[in-house]
Amino acid sequence: MSWSWPYFFDYMTNGLMLRGVWATIWLSIISMIIGLGLGIIAALMKMYGNKILRVLAEFYIWLFRGTPILIQLVIIYTGLPQLGIRFSVIESCILGLALNEGAYLAEIIRSGIMSVDKGQEDASRAVGMNWRERMWLVILPQATRTIIPPLGNQFNGMLKTTSLCSVISMQELMRSAQMIAQIEFRVLEAYCIAAIWYLLLVSIWGLIQTRIEAHYEKPFGALEATPVKEK
Amino acid sequence: MHDENTAVLIKNVKKAFGKNVVLDGINLEVKKGEVVVICGRSGSGKSTLLRCIDQLETIDSGQIHAVGHLMGFKEINGKIVPLKDSIIAKQQRDIGMVFQNFNLFPHVSVLQNIMMAPIKILKRDKAEVEAEAFALLKRVGLPDKKNAYPRQLSGGQQQRIAIARALAMKPKLMLFDEPTSALDPEMISEVLDVMVDLSKAGMTMIVVTHEMGFARAAADRVILMHDAQIVEDAKPKDFFDSPESEHTRLFLSKILQH
Repeated sequence: MSWSWPYFFDYMTNGLMLRGVWATIWLSIISMIIGLGLGIIAALMKMYGNKILRVLAEFYIWLFRGTPILIQLVIIYTGLPQLGIRFSVIESCILGLALNEGAYLAEIIRSGIMSVDKGQEDASRAVGMNWRERMWLVILPQATRTIIPPLGNQFNGMLKTTSLCSVISMQELMRSAQMIAQIEFRVLEAYCIAAIWYLLLVSIWGLIQTRIEAHYEKPFGALEATPVKEK
Repeated sequence: MHDENTAVLIKNVKKAFGKNVVLDGINLEVKKGEVVVICGRSGSGKSTLLRCIDQLETIDSGQIHAVGHLMGFKEINGKIVPLKDSIIAKQQRDIGMVFQNFNLFPHVSVLQNIMMAPIKILKRDKAEVEAEAFALLKRVGLPDKKNAYPRQLSGGQQQRIAIARALAMKPKLMLFDEPTSALDPEMISEVLDVMVDLSKAGMTMIVVTHEMGFARAAADRVILMHDAQIVEDAKPKDFFDSPESEHTRLFLSKILQH
């Protein structure tokens, strides 16, 4: 068997393949959003919490950045049932991806917050803001600017990492390609189509990411008219 | 508070950063409406003292009473108990502070910089606060800059906005930490003018500065700090013409050379 163009083009629009693409998209988005929430909480716990909160956050970050996501997924889906904890395939995927993502995002968010000028902390304290007011009104809006680019790169990674969920039988793109390859044994064509779809998704995200970054790169107040020379 | 007329009372305050002693038993009283200038070498502790008054740093021992509060602490049944962040924030509202690097909020406009605290913290009416903020802008001479962003302004303009921002919370005490040290020479006087006006309006002010002209013109007292202690505390005339401390004589000879 050599290459078959008819099969190749057929697989590109195959229903199963397309459903896999869609699953990859929503799985990435949901896991990213939940991961972002976990990351923010962990970052704040680590930076501003008491000893207990700090240790908890550091342990979470260490655990989920230190183990392969594949092991995390497999433990959640096939290991925990031994203790009576059962998650469905979808639940396991979202849980594993979100927990993993959150650990990486925590560090990104932490460095974003640390990149804000220390004088901002002074000024917001001096004017009488408590911690919540300082973070919400002054620090986080400025930290966002530093966080956006790495955040975009993480989503790029997430789109591809979802492929690991195929191992616990999630019907995403990789699994679809696997199943299609087994029908007619057109292995090369099937996986090439899947690869092309990943490339497409990542490229589209790249375009969106560039536009988002361009918006956040503008210096504060760039839309205001620059001052005319002073008299 | 010990006396109706006392704005600030600092009792035997000590502070060290690790092994580095920055405040070594500071005692200071500032009356309402007084303008006190603090000068001294870098590292003498003057900025730290200001920061401790406003609770941007915590003290190791001693007490700071300012504008009716025991800063950073509460007395319960004779015991001194540290306050938590949100209560300290309330204390900080009665004190305004102006920094060497202005520290304006870069992500909002000039007017929003001034309005942010009264609206978000005090939950005051937006229209009222906006009118007051605009009046403050006029007072510091920058009414046409209300929609500008900090990065579009010169240093002198930013510092004047910073003063307006501090005044928006209607503080009873204003602290200035080397307000003109980061400014080009041409812009120093526009900021000092605002400060002189403020002093004439009766504001209690503690100013860390090297601008001796301001000290002569507006200060009620001039203080010299040296090696974590106050070594001179006198009226401007006495400070400059007949200082008591050798440190002061040395300091003056160096600073008045040019």
